[in-house]
Amino acid sequence: MSTRIYVPRDSSALSVGAEAVAAAIGIEAARIGANVSVVRNGSRGLYWLEPMVEVGTPEGRVAYGPVTVADVPSLFKADFLKGGTHKLSHGNTENIPYLKKQERLTFARVGITDPLSLKGYAAHGGWRGLRNALATDGANIVKQLTDSGLRGRGGAAFPAGIKWKTVLDTTADQKYVVCNADEGDSGTFSDRMIMEGDPYVLIEGMAIAGVAVGATRGYIYVRSEYPHAIDVLTRAIALAKAGGYLGDDVLGSGKAFELEVRKGAGAYICGEETSLLESLEGKRGMVRFKPPLPAIAGLFGKPTVINNVITLASVPIILDRGAQFYRDYGMGRSRGTLPIQLAGNIKHGGLVEKAFGLTLRELLYDYGGGSATGRPIRAVQVGGPLGAFMPESQFDTPLDYEAFAAVGAMVGHGGIVAFDDTVDMAAMARYAMEFCAIESCGKCTPCRIGSTRGVEVIDRIVAGRERERNIELLKDLCDTMINGSLCALGGMTPFPVQSAIKYFPEDFGATSKRKAA
Amino acid sequence: MANQDQAAVVGRVIEERKSQAGALLPILHGIQDALGFVPTEAVGQIAGALNLSRAEVHGVVSFYHDFRTTPPGRHTVRVCRAESCQAMGANQLVEHAKVMLGVDFHETTADGRFTLEPIYCLGNCALSPAMMVDGEIHGRVTLERFEEVVSQVRE
Repeated sequence: MSTRIYVPRDSSALSVGAEAVAAAIGIEAARIGANVSVVRNGSRGLYWLEPMVEVGTPEGRVAYGPVTVADVPSLFKADFLKGGTHKLSHGNTENIPYLKKQERLTFARVGITDPLSLKGYAAHGGWRGLRNALATDGANIVKQLTDSGLRGRGGAAFPAGIKWKTVLDTTADQKYVVCNADEGDSGTFSDRMIMEGDPYVLIEGMAIAGVAVGATRGYIYVRSEYPHAIDVLTRAIALAKAGGYLGDDVLGSGKAFELEVRKGAGAYICGEETSLLESLEGKRGMVRFKPPLPAIAGLFGKPTVINNVITLASVPIILDRGAQFYRDYGMGRSRGTLPIQLAGNIKHGGLVEKAFGLTLRELLYDYGGGSATGRPIRAVQVGGPLGAFMPESQFDTPLDYEAFAAVGAMVGHGGIVAFDDTVDMAAMARYAMEFCAIESCGKCTPCRIGSTRGVEVIDRIVAGRERERNIELLKDLCDTMINGSLCALGGMTPFPVQSAIKYFPEDFGATSKRKAA
Repeated sequence: MANQDQAAVVGRVIEERKSQAGALLPILHGIQDALGFVPTEAVGQIAGALNLSRAEVHGVVSFYHDFRTTPPGRHTVRVCRAESCQAMGANQLVEHAKVMLGVDFHETTADGRFTLEPIYCLGNCALSPAMMVDGEIHGRVTLERFEEVVSQVRE
């Protein structure tokens, strides 16, 4: 019998040489006559160990990493096919503390199965949620979703059940399910990992949404920066359709659900739901006024469920295990688990799926191992480019939508970017404004023009020109942007700026130290 | 001659994709995949096929960062500028890339070999800083690694 070797095909693993490692393993095995089969799985999300090679042994999967091409012959010599000890070995994968301490619900299969294997998906609990959904009615599916407490994981945290109910209750000749896979926030990659590592869970979640609200057509809008995700999803949809999970007769139910992947074109704003819908319609990604809500008049003016990848990928387990099972995880009004992404200047960057309630400090140090550079972590930005910068004094805030809101921060899509003490917070504030200027759709003046003025004002502050007056001006500009913008880009870009000024005033020349220098 | 070839490619892509709902982006991607850019002459052709005004098509082409109206270099280097990569030295990497290639962002080297573009997040934030060269993603890009990757790009 051949030994199974797992080498991830996840983008991040590929970015550090997984393809060459997989090839080298094949060549070396052939050379010495070892009987192996190489499976290209998703990533377990222990990115500092990528390329992380796993070997299937009778005692479970054993991990080695980070593996380079040069390590391959010595791995064979160390008899890694039987789980032999090597300087890169980490023992049984499931026992690696980073992974062992997690609660993987949405990510239950990521890194374990072959992403495109329908058999593997079914063997690991796949399609049970969809079967349950097909056995009941829309109202009951929506009720289960509502009872689970699932809130939109894209960032806005709106209760998913309410969104679905609105679409269900709106009559129309055509309804749509749209997946927002325009994961543009820096520090986030959980959507990408799901799409590349377990595409069927997203497909299943969308099919359940279709069945629930009576939508027969779905689109996955994926950013163009994710070519591997687009490729995997396209192939997975074709296989799922051939397998009878999609198409005009989903699992013999007589219900239709067609699914299609659409590629974005490099516009951050298209992660905003109404802008995404415009883009799907073939237009400039300009933000729409709300109301009407997309749930009532969305894609092509029809009722549309539009949810983030993680939201939709969390649906199958809720329909499989029940609302109570999911609800039992979490704290306060933040129910279930959140796939948290540790990024930036962090030693152990990767994916941590846990029930809500962990503190930032636990994530940064117990999981993340501190900064990658070994210097003190001075600030973190949570929730992407629109999230506030949080100083060390806020590291004990528990990851919970309300607790974060209470300190003026946001959980967003769960990305945490760490910065060490060499960071220049005035430069980060300037970048926030610059990014807004580059990515603004142009609809609202405070966002379109204010962002450019913001860059200029910060430049004047840093140069020490009429500092006090310009700080006041910047604060005023931030207020105008917050109150005068339709969507989160203009409305939230001020948050990183304001928090940088508030918690790191010394970087804006607040002390005499900088002036003297 | 070149223009006729281009028009034929544009016509073929339009024919293949125009029946899709919201066909404009898929058409523009198709044209750019085939030609490397969206020629200005294609705007009228697309507008006619989709029953849109030229202004509407031009508006879409110019809105999205991905679409370009001039041919790119033979290889495109995209360096991530986003926060996570900045936390790991992306600004230095960007400066290094500009000096080494002798161009600024959105420019092409004199020999037509490289076009340098900024990119805002490749979803490789646990292995920052990141870049993409001709669709291939690279993580933990040190200055040395940058030179290695760029010099190894095959013509």
